[in-house]
Amino acid sequence: MKYILMMNTMRAGRGVPQWPEKDLKAHIAFMIGLNKELRQSGELISAEGLSFPDQAKLVRAGKDGVPITEGVFPESKEFLAGYWIVDVDSPERAYAIAAKVSGAPGPGGAPLNMPIEVRPIMSGPPSEML
Amino acid sequence: MKYILLMSGTKAGVDSYHAWSQKDIEAHMAVLRSITNDLSGSGEFVATQGLAEPAEAKVVRGEKNGMPVTDGIFPESKEFLLGYWIVDVATPERAYAIAGRISAAPDRAGAPTNMPIEVRRFAAYEQSKSQGGNAENAAHSGKPATRKAAPDEIKGEQEK
Amino acid sequence: MTKPWDATSEHLLRELAPQVLGSVARRFRDFSSAEDAVQEAMIAAFTQWPQEGVPENPRGWLIQVASRRMTDRVRSEIARRQRETVVASDVEATAHVDEIESDMDPDDTLILLFMCCHPALTSSSAIALTLRAVGGLTTAEIANAFLVPEATMAQRISRAKQSIKASGVPFRLPSPQERAVRLPTALHVLYLIFNEGYASSIGAHLQRLDLAREAIRLTRDAKALIPEDGEVAGLLALMLLTDARRAARTGPDEELIPLDKQDRTLWDRAEISEGIELLTAALSKRSVGPYQLQAAIAAVHDEAARAQDTDWPQILALYELLKRVSPSPMVTLNHAIAAAMVHGPSKGLELLRTLDTDARLAGHYRLDAVRAHLLEMVGDYEIAIKHYRIAASRTTSIPERNYLMTQAACLAERKLS
Repeated sequence: MKYILMMNTMRAGRGVPQWPEKDLKAHIAFMIGLNKELRQSGELISAEGLSFPDQAKLVRAGKDGVPITEGVFPESKEFLAGYWIVDVDSPERAYAIAAKVSGAPGPGGAPLNMPIEVRPIMSGPPSEML
Repeated sequence: MKYILLMSGTKAGVDSYHAWSQKDIEAHMAVLRSITNDLSGSGEFVATQGLAEPAEAKVVRGEKNGMPVTDGIFPESKEFLLGYWIVDVATPERAYAIAGRISAAPDRAGAPTNMPIEVRRFAAYEQSKSQGGNAENAAHSGKPATRKAAPDEIKGEQEK
Repeated sequence: MTKPWDATSEHLLRELAPQVLGSVARRFRDFSSAEDAVQEAMIAAFTQWPQEGVPENPRGWLIQVASRRMTDRVRSEIARRQRETVVASDVEATAHVDEIESDMDPDDTLILLFMCCHPALTSSSAIALTLRAVGGLTTAEIANAFLVPEATMAQRISRAKQSIKASGVPFRLPSPQERAVRLPTALHVLYLIFNEGYASSIGAHLQRLDLAREAIRLTRDAKALIPEDGEVAGLLALMLLTDARRAARTGPDEELIPLDKQDRTLWDRAEISEGIELLTAALSKRSVGPYQLQAAIAAVHDEAARAQDTDWPQILALYELLKRVSPSPMVTLNHAIAAAMVHGPSKGLELLRTLDTDARLAGHYRLDAVRAHLLEMVGDYEIAIKHYRIAASRTTSIPERNYLMTQAACLAERKLS
């Protein structure tokens, strides 16, 4: 069964993490290690990162087919930072992987416990939506 | 350049969508499918995915006693990701144009829903190709490749 | 008598592909369909030869299979139009394989290169078509290299061929006047392929096709066909001199290692020697172009035993020349770094100011990254940190983001101590 695990960041306008070098390296290494594990277990379908929210745009249909593009967002808006798509045997396994992601180390090496949203993915043909 | 186009909605929004007539839902879906087909035809399609009901969403926050801490309660105002397209396009403007088309998909009255589509550039597990800002866009703009004798992509002095 | 399939067989297939395409396209006078037919023949070869062995005349085999596809296509065209009698075109379509094979021209690879890099095509189309028609790669391999679905890549190639058909490009070498314009475009495409491959060598786990190697191979072929051109040699030299450093660019944790910190014992000396040899020969020709200049700069770096031995005044002079021959914001950025190394960081920062109003660099991470580096050299740590972090938030490269964030953190610690 396929799940998407989503990591958010509320970082519009707040820039990149400013942790000490040691902690940054530990966090990066943790994520690399996790991805390697998931690749080896055959559970990882994809792991992607998105560029920073400062470059995010919100687009609405304009008149005459010209889209209206906006770059200003409410302070509280959550932005997707990255996601994992996994193929696992049970929802519990998906939650367990999410828990690992969530526990990635942050400043001082302490687990971040970031909220990781877990959603089942439609397994129908790709053109089906909702 | 790869972009992800995100379509989101609140639980209330999704519930209201489910209350549309079958005909209106099908009309809406047909437009989204035709966008996907056009992207396949233009060689810009990378992926598209629909996500299951927000009602089935869970959020996991770390572990307690070796078990994931799971929760299914979200604020009413929360925007859930409903689906996305990943496209590989020559310019950001092209990504916005595609997003605009998605946003124009019809509502129950046949008018554009005008839903906001978030457009985000993918980050890549590779080094930048040291291409200069909009000079990169000019090289891939769909216009004929520039006839400059000179290359417009040059390695950076620092990161080689 | 077949030969067993071995490590060289794949390479052989790829070398034969443009030769086969040239012959078949010329005989059937349909580049687009011939290209599809040859692609099918290649896939058949990849499937059958590992099991049945490499045929005694591999080129003849490919031509036979491709021709059969072409005649099948012609026949089904005829059937579609519901003709009842056998027509002349049907007979012509079943031409003998030996005739087709003897219709080979040593310039075919070059003709194809010029066709696939036609200025009417977008860069991404030209890249895809060149890799397939000239490089002999399969659609699946190319798709994998660019991380897009196979169907998407197939569509790109198909559309590229339609553009070529629409532009009416004949299947022959460009005239000397045409070549003056067409060659730089072709070299540009090869450089883009190299760039793509070199940049992605960091994500080694992705096991993508080595596009950098493919670019080098195609440029070698081009040089063999146009031995007198300094820029072709210059481009090949640049690729070799850059590729030589590949093993040293990535650390054990997939982290990016900048030039001045690389373990130079990991550099490929053979590639460096070859690059320098090519460059020396190329520079002796009349005009000096941008690829030769960039190669010269790479050579100066590669010749330094240690980072501190780098001949920066030479590099500065070369950038000044490059700025006149082929100005661009990237060249100015690099020139600023070289100027900083020779005349001090304030000089570099001064040169950067000219870029602040350049629209082409607006919001581009490299301006902030270079500024941060120079500010660090000056000792203005607080502002350097700020610009490193801005650059980190703007780059779309994950390894570079990590590098820039780590630089900022490192500097923040130095500031406190």
